[in-house]
Amino acid sequence: MIRDITIGQYYPAHSPIHKMDARVKLLITFLYIITLFFVNTFTGYAFVTVCLAAVIRTSNVPLKFMLKGIKGIFIIILFTAFINVFMTKGENPLFQWGIFTVTLEGILLAIKMCIRLVLLIVGSSLLTLTTTPIQLTDGMEYLLRPFKKIGVPAHEIAMMMTIALRFIPTLLDETDKIMKAQQARGADFDTGNLIQRAKSLIPILVPLFISAFRRADELAMAMEARCYHGDENRTRMNVMVLKTSDYATVGLIVIYCAAIFVLRFAAAQFSFIW
Amino acid sequence: MSIKINHLTHIYNQDTIFEKKALDDVSLEIEKGAFVGLIGHTGSGKSTLIQHLNGTISPTMGEIILDGENIHKDKTKLKEVRQRIGLAFQYPEHQLFEMTVYKDVAFGPNNMKLSEEEVDKRVKEALQTVGLSEAVYEKSPFELSGGQKRRVAIAGVLAMNPEVLILDEPTAGLDPKGRDEILYAIKELHQKRGITVVLVSHSMEDVAKLADRLIVMHKGKVAMTGTPKEVFAHGEELEKMGLAIPQISYVLAQLRKKGYSLPDDIYTVEEAVKALYAFIKKEGEA
Ligand SMILES: Nc1ncnc2c1ncn2[C@@H]1O[C@H](COP(=O)(O)OP(=O)(O)O)[C@@H](O)[C@H]1O
Ligand SMILES: [Mg+2]
Repeated sequence: MIRDITIGQYYPAHSPIHKMDARVKLLITFLYIITLFFVNTFTGYAFVTVCLAAVIRTSNVPLKFMLKGIKGIFIIILFTAFINVFMTKGENPLFQWGIFTVTLEGILLAIKMCIRLVLLIVGSSLLTLTTTPIQLTDGMEYLLRPFKKIGVPAHEIAMMMTIALRFIPTLLDETDKIMKAQQARGADFDTGNLIQRAKSLIPILVPLFISAFRRADELAMAMEARCYHGDENRTRMNVMVLKTSDYATVGLIVIYCAAIFVLRFAAAQFSFIW
Repeated sequence: MSIKINHLTHIYNQDTIFEKKALDDVSLEIEKGAFVGLIGHTGSGKSTLIQHLNGTISPTMGEIILDGENIHKDKTKLKEVRQRIGLAFQYPEHQLFEMTVYKDVAFGPNNMKLSEEEVDKRVKEALQTVGLSEAVYEKSPFELSGGQKRRVAIAGVLAMNPEVLILDEPTAGLDPKGRDEILYAIKELHQKRGITVVLVSHSMEDVAKLADRLIVMHKGKVAMTGTPKEVFAHGEELEKMGLAIPQISYVLAQLRKKGYSLPDDIYTVEEAVKALYAFIKKEGEA
């Protein structure tokens, strides 16, 4: 049940995407998210979908596994669609229902928003699925380094991220066990009104928080026992080196971004492109 | 009441690379009033098996029959199943959450929507059974010792008056005193209330002393079942599975090797004392 949540999970496999430098992957994901907001036509979305599908294919992560992650946020997608359908004003009203007017523009916008959300989530989850938490935070620390001069604690942020990512599966696992233990005592999480359901979370949250704080304590102690004192004079075990393939990938992503802008420009020029 | 397990297979994370077959075609029956010891190496599937018995996890294949009915047939009855088959998990930290010991033990009976007097009666009875005095009723469960926490957790399950009590390694990580207290409480429950007990344990001494039937799990399968005497007679096989026979049996085996004629089917300290006593007496007479 709760273990089905795949956001932030790493999927070990052999693929060029897995081997890619974490910094490059981070930059690509960043650019991907930014450029996704420039896409405003169905043609554009089709282009992004095809590119993403190709990357997923290359990554050897089963599509089924990726879509499981979407299942968890299905409600949010539905809510987005709902808001867009009813709140968009337009010139082509389809039907009216009380104070709500459903317009053609609203429906089209809702569809686009949902596609955008799905693409956003699938695309960014591809990053964590193909990159180990260690590589990910190493990459992040590296990319944040230029900002150290203006006081950004790059190493500390990376360390916190590492710890957070490391403990997500642990805490999910623990939540699962706690839920089972409370169910064995007749706890019921699925029925009742909103207040009853919220109340039924207490027997889960209290043990979970206590355990999380205890773990934090123990971890801090273990780190101090091994003389951890932050960034100063620390050397790395794995030095990141950019490979030829990483440069090639950067080239591809430049072309991708260019294509997105061309499509956007074309959409503005020729109104027949949806 | 009888629990029957038919061809139970459980696969975690099916169809992913994390796929793991934790149980493989397990068939068993647990009779009413029995004291069953469930032993096996870490990862052999003990916890997975017992979580099926009260329906906290569902079988991938196979079924669990309680009184002639598949427990997953009618999902609305699962709550009743969980009340009848009490499952005390390994770590009390996973279930203690209330401000006081009393309130925490009352969580189960309250979920059963019992009257206030009935809840009160059951809580006190359960706490007494596990040997906790009134002095701890108003204490926070988090300030108790490890052994006391375990006992509060077990009392929390007992207060629901289950017909079967399943305990997942209730003595792991406890000091000898805490261990003895818990085992004594379980023994009392079985003998006085006639409750059916399934005890998952790492300690061969404990199951040899308490259980009248043993189930040995190995790599998701039932490797052996029988009385402790029958099972422990296969010492070498057990050792191959990463288990052992009780320490005292090794002691007697060494003595036999040295030429003392002692019986070879002794698995508890009490029996050993008797046998040694009889041996010395006989030698003295000769
Ligand atoms: N929630 C779970 N998700 C995935 N794998 C699990 C889970 N629980 C147990 N396993 C795996 O199933 C196997 C059996 O585990 P378990 O039943 O806990 O064994 P035992 O209690 O005998 O130590 C182990 O290999 C374990 O790693
Ligand atoms: Mg276990």
